[in-house]
Amino acid sequence: MSTENHRTSNPGRRTNDYVPSAPGYVDNEGPKIVTSRFGHADSHTLERSLATGGYDGLKAALRRQPADIAAEVKEAVLLGRGGAGFPAGIKWSFLPPVWPRYLVVNGDESEPGTYKDRLLMERDPHQLIEGCIIACYALGLNQCFLYVRGEMAQAQENIAQALNDAYAAGYVGKHILGTDVNIDVVLHWGAGAYIVGEETALIESLEGNRGQPRLKPPFFPAAKGVYMKPTIVNNVETLANLPWIMVNGAAEFKKYGSEKSPGTRMLAISGHVKRPGVYEIEQGKVSFRDLFYGENFCQGIKDDNELKAYVPGGGSAPWFFEEQLDIKIEAADVGAAGSMLGSGALMVMDETTDIVKAALRLVRFFARESCGKCTPCREGTSWEEKVLQRIDDGLGRPEDIDLLIEIGQNITPGAYPVAAFGEGNLEAIPFPYRSQTTICPLGPSSVAPITSAIRRFRSEFEAKIVAAPAAVAGAISAQPSSAETNPAQRDAREEVGHR
Amino acid sequence: MSRLTADNEALAREIIARYPRPKSALIPLLHLAQEQDGYVAEDAMEHLGELVGITPAEVMGTCTFYEMFVLHPVGKYKIDICTNLSCQLLGAEDLLHHAEEKLGVRPGGTTDDGLFTLEDVECIAACTEAPCLQVNYRYEYRLDNQDFDRLIDDLRSGKRPEIPSHGTLGHVRQHIAPDRLGGVETPEDAGTPAWFTSRQPAPEEVS
Repeated sequence: MSTENHRTSNPGRRTNDYVPSAPGYVDNEGPKIVTSRFGHADSHTLERSLATGGYDGLKAALRRQPADIAAEVKEAVLLGRGGAGFPAGIKWSFLPPVWPRYLVVNGDESEPGTYKDRLLMERDPHQLIEGCIIACYALGLNQCFLYVRGEMAQAQENIAQALNDAYAAGYVGKHILGTDVNIDVVLHWGAGAYIVGEETALIESLEGNRGQPRLKPPFFPAAKGVYMKPTIVNNVETLANLPWIMVNGAAEFKKYGSEKSPGTRMLAISGHVKRPGVYEIEQGKVSFRDLFYGENFCQGIKDDNELKAYVPGGGSAPWFFEEQLDIKIEAADVGAAGSMLGSGALMVMDETTDIVKAALRLVRFFARESCGKCTPCREGTSWEEKVLQRIDDGLGRPEDIDLLIEIGQNITPGAYPVAAFGEGNLEAIPFPYRSQTTICPLGPSSVAPITSAIRRFRSEFEAKIVAAPAAVAGAISAQPSSAETNPAQRDAREEVGHR
Repeated sequence: MSRLTADNEALAREIIARYPRPKSALIPLLHLAQEQDGYVAEDAMEHLGELVGITPAEVMGTCTFYEMFVLHPVGKYKIDICTNLSCQLLGAEDLLHHAEEKLGVRPGGTTDDGLFTLEDVECIAACTEAPCLQVNYRYEYRLDNQDFDRLIDDLRSGKRPEIPSHGTLGHVRQHIAPDRLGGVETPEDAGTPAWFTSRQPAPEEVS
């Protein structure tokens, strides 16, 4: 690394460098590609950035031809860090030779358990801005929109300040670094909608509309994106890698991580562990066991309890259990085992966890966040929530477990045959989904916690149902469901006679 | 209640000018309206429609999709307690129940003195610091019931001046000096940037 190595012993919340706006980062003494400045309390300032190699990557890029840079990023096999894990260089190559074209940065991080992008935006906004300009230059476009989740007020503030400083200092805007290159970066505020993290919904939102996904095809962003023009949507962490790659080269980048997944990933590990935190790890080098029990990482399960289950890649990911602990953390291996690394969010549940409550809470999230466009998701997710709620309330019916699986069938047909859910059937869940009846993956995502929980812990569901007194088994839960609290659903639906 | 003030209208025009199409500025402008009044007023929506060239109904259509926009006055401080999985595992439901008792309102409710609105929200991206909450989108981490009581008491007695009233997001706004702006064109007018054309490899270099 050309930049100074900021390996302070314990940055984050355990030192005097404590940054009240963003604790959570834990230094694990490993290589740092995107978190190299996190140990400094002033890591978000232009002064600190410049003192530690900031904008060197941009200078290196501007000396080369755009096509050359795109080729270098392709060579680096920089997998998208947002969820789908698609290589950024290949995504870029889908752009047809049509102008204008736009770059949209997806900073609408809201997947349950995820918060790496917030730290990158709050603590090193200049690194992100530099990555944006490099990408714009490589793609031959002059307009970038940085879409930041509305609830992240501090991130917006730090990015606004960083952009103002970078514009004034000539790193963004007209005649960048004295060249003829003009690139504008606009900070755009979101306003609270998980679905806007989906790229076509993000584009709708950026056009000032309700954030509902578009059908693909024909609306693949690379062909018909913002204003129906070619558009690249990249995640914050993906772009934050670009300055390092420009300075050090793709070959150096590939020395970190594994062959299939070069470089590092930021992971947020939360829930029942002794030292939760956001860690930058080398991909494919660390197993889940290392991460949960390792001295440099989470240091064991809370109160030395037994591990019950964990979510490997955000609320949408099928759960993993003890058997998967030795899988190395990289997209391909996690995918082969029947889940996804997704947004790099791990949530750990120990033996004290009420599995029905945990599944209910994740499903409730999808029910509240359903945008209301596709019927199977709009109706299905809130129905799933109602059924789980009544099971948890002790009002469950014997047929409810099969009903939950059947509702899932209507959202992702074929993936979850009811017959496969017999007690003790612990085969890997088929993932990714083979088919879906919705435009985007939100509806199918709600099925993951249900099927994961029922496959492994069916008896816990049955125990709650058996305990339900027969006299009240038909009563309706008094809890307000998200149908009443989700504005999109409230607008879109008429009351439907759910079973 | 009101349309945008003259100052805010100028700010709105500055924001609109950054986008290839005016309607793209709508969500930032709705935030501006909410910052002015604490909620998005009907007159403000009409005004925004005039500014970006759409009908008030279209403004409302966008506004009602997003959770952060409220169409009626709420408390000075909006207390958003995360109850998603990571926080739930570490006691968020107990914290929410305690908050309900302390404030005397259910989620969605506002205290009689107009100071606090309580909400039960989805993941706010501070999962390792559970249970957590936001006060007007400013974080508070790892709270127990006593921490919550202290927070409420401090807010009541004005000891947290850094937290703005509901509606204000960042204290810092993006401003682009006119001579630093690269240039914004409509999607219809914009073409290939000149600098990109001049940096293309010559035909013989392309294999």
